[in-house]
Amino acid sequence: MADTTRKPTTVSRRDVLKGAAALTSTALLSAPAIVSAQPVTLRYLGTAVNQSKEIAQKVKADLGIVIEYVPVTTDDVSKRIITQPASFDVADAEYFQLRKLIPSGNLIGMDATRIKYAEKITPVFTRGEIAGKKIGDQGTAPKKVYYLEGKNSTKFSPTPTQWITLIPTVYNADTLGIRPDLIKRPIASWSELLNAEFKGKASILNIPSIGIMDAAMVVEAMGKHKYEDKGNMTKPEIDLTMKAMIEAKKAGQFRAFWKDFNESVNLMASGEVVIQSMWSPAVTKVRSMGVPCIYQPLKEGYRAWAAGFGLPKTLTGKKLDAAYDFINWFLSGWAGAFLNRQGYYSAVLETAKAHMEPYEWAYWMEGKPAEKDIKAPDGTLLEKAGTTRDGGSYEARMGGVACWNAVMDENDYMVRKWNEFIAA
Amino acid sequence: MERVHRGLTSRAAAPYWQVAPLAFVFTVFFVLPLVVTVAVSLWRYNEYSMTPALVGDNYAAVFSGCLAELPGLCLTFKTYLSTLKFCLLAWGLTLGLGFAVAYFLAFHVRSVAGQMALFLVCTIPFWTSNVIRMISWVPLLGRNGLVNSVLLAAGVRREPLTWLLFSDFSVVLAFVHLYTMFMIVPIFNSMSRIDRALLEAARDAGASGAQTLWNVVVPLSKPGIVIGSIFVITMVMGDYMTIGVMGGQQIASVGKVIQVQLSYLQFPLAAANAVVLLAAVLMVIAAMTRLVDVRKEL
Repeated sequence: MADTTRKPTTVSRRDVLKGAAALTSTALLSAPAIVSAQPVTLRYLGTAVNQSKEIAQKVKADLGIVIEYVPVTTDDVSKRIITQPASFDVADAEYFQLRKLIPSGNLIGMDATRIKYAEKITPVFTRGEIAGKKIGDQGTAPKKVYYLEGKNSTKFSPTPTQWITLIPTVYNADTLGIRPDLIKRPIASWSELLNAEFKGKASILNIPSIGIMDAAMVVEAMGKHKYEDKGNMTKPEIDLTMKAMIEAKKAGQFRAFWKDFNESVNLMASGEVVIQSMWSPAVTKVRSMGVPCIYQPLKEGYRAWAAGFGLPKTLTGKKLDAAYDFINWFLSGWAGAFLNRQGYYSAVLETAKAHMEPYEWAYWMEGKPAEKDIKAPDGTLLEKAGTTRDGGSYEARMGGVACWNAVMDENDYMVRKWNEFIAA
Repeated sequence: MERVHRGLTSRAAAPYWQVAPLAFVFTVFFVLPLVVTVAVSLWRYNEYSMTPALVGDNYAAVFSGCLAELPGLCLTFKTYLSTLKFCLLAWGLTLGLGFAVAYFLAFHVRSVAGQMALFLVCTIPFWTSNVIRMISWVPLLGRNGLVNSVLLAAGVRREPLTWLLFSDFSVVLAFVHLYTMFMIVPIFNSMSRIDRALLEAARDAGASGAQTLWNVVVPLSKPGIVIGSIFVITMVMGDYMTIGVMGGQQIASVGKVIQVQLSYLQFPLAAANAVVLLAAVLMVIAAMTRLVDVRKEL
């Protein structure tokens, strides 16, 4: 319904010129006469993790839109958005990056009236709650950066507006991964990461802004300090967090640090490390190699992250319409079900549910024991019948979030201290 | 008259045309980026934008605390010291190994075909990608790796050795594995130009094998040694991939610091670090070329 109600927007002379230039260039490039039949191509900037071949194929079949993936690292997503905003049509960025991205003015607010399922997007994003219960909002919780004051505004709005920064694609709650066969006892707290019992067998990820949050979870769990906001530490807090980590490093607590997905899988699968910060699909990967690995829920809660679609200000005309069509399609269920089956969570739960088998929904989202074997989208066996998902139901996991990935005010100082930690 | 005159000018211009392509490539892909890097290192920046300026803030940030923390080492000094250590270790080992291999190839392998075949064998490490090569060390040197399994099974050790991987040792090992080739080639090149008659003359004059090696072969191989050394040292100075993967990301390197700063969009700070690194590398190279005038010897 909302698709047809187009709000009149002010068009500057520059926009007209740009549009004209774009039109002439497309006219010049495309073959004559069949211009209208040309499928629209959307350049999709994001990390490879979210860029599945299956999704692109399905979009082509359903909408006739060609998705051209531009796979880069998380850091490069922000770099591209800030330095080359014309090099993509849809960006899949993380919410925590918005504090850097929005002030650059290169992303525009997305018109909620053109997003068919805008009202159905889980309240985790819109209100920061789940089943009516508030969830942890330390760090850059999506609700803090979800709305803009206006379409071209560079200010976040604390109250709902028509303009949305990012439409959520995937999100999840991260915790420590462990090797139960090598640890042989229950693990219940983040403080275990620095437990001397695992000396030389622990690891943490070497991405400063995320690593320091995991470190803060550990320091708080050890009772050394209670943070006001782990996602926005003061300089003394950064100092004391890094001091604890440097002491542990010098004492030989860590076997290695990891920077990408495969490194974390290698460390765990080879037994070099028995406890480390990890990402959910990495745990699945280790398990699919036949090595026992648990994504261990901890009593202090999870560190959550969320990614979503943003639109560059350069997008106009047919491409802009196609981008909205694609995003509406993404929320309409097929993609959501596809992502849920990989252990991520999708934005609109009810449409995803309609595209999943009841037993799949019960396993992935309700935390119930699997009635049948659980298979990955590509058909490989993930879990045998009878197993339950680590951390239980959607509500238990997302409800247990303690903090969100963030960019701190003292970012420069934090990066500097992290470099010192690596050099120590 | 006129024709001759025109011919002369075009002949005078010819060398300029001939160097033009190289000069163009050199300017666009080397001089320009370098100028931009130096310029940006003097800019101001925040989370999402850079403003052209002419300030030394970024250099101050690179060396911040370096005076205050004395006699302790600040981040930059500590990082350079660690990089320098790897440089020396990698240089010494690749030189020793590279010299020996080149010597063998040049003086003991008689046929050119044999030399070529053995050269190809030396390139085997480069048949796979850098990352795969480094990751493959894990099953060999890891806690449950081949070396440790053998040691445990043979009863030599009760606990697996952990310093084999993710340590200074593994970093140096990877450097030697990767860069020895860059020593072998120039040294071999220098050695193959040595007039065999000189070796015979040395022998006739009563020099022992070691004396010939030290007084004839080594001095005449110097250009190769210096070129190989420049390769190895510049590569180790700027490396962060090998140190990252083999050091388990636990060892600092200048390259890594720059990479982290780039990923946090601190371009001017990263540029300042890059300029400092460049200066350091240039100083090392200047010192080395002092020892041998490479151009004269070639």
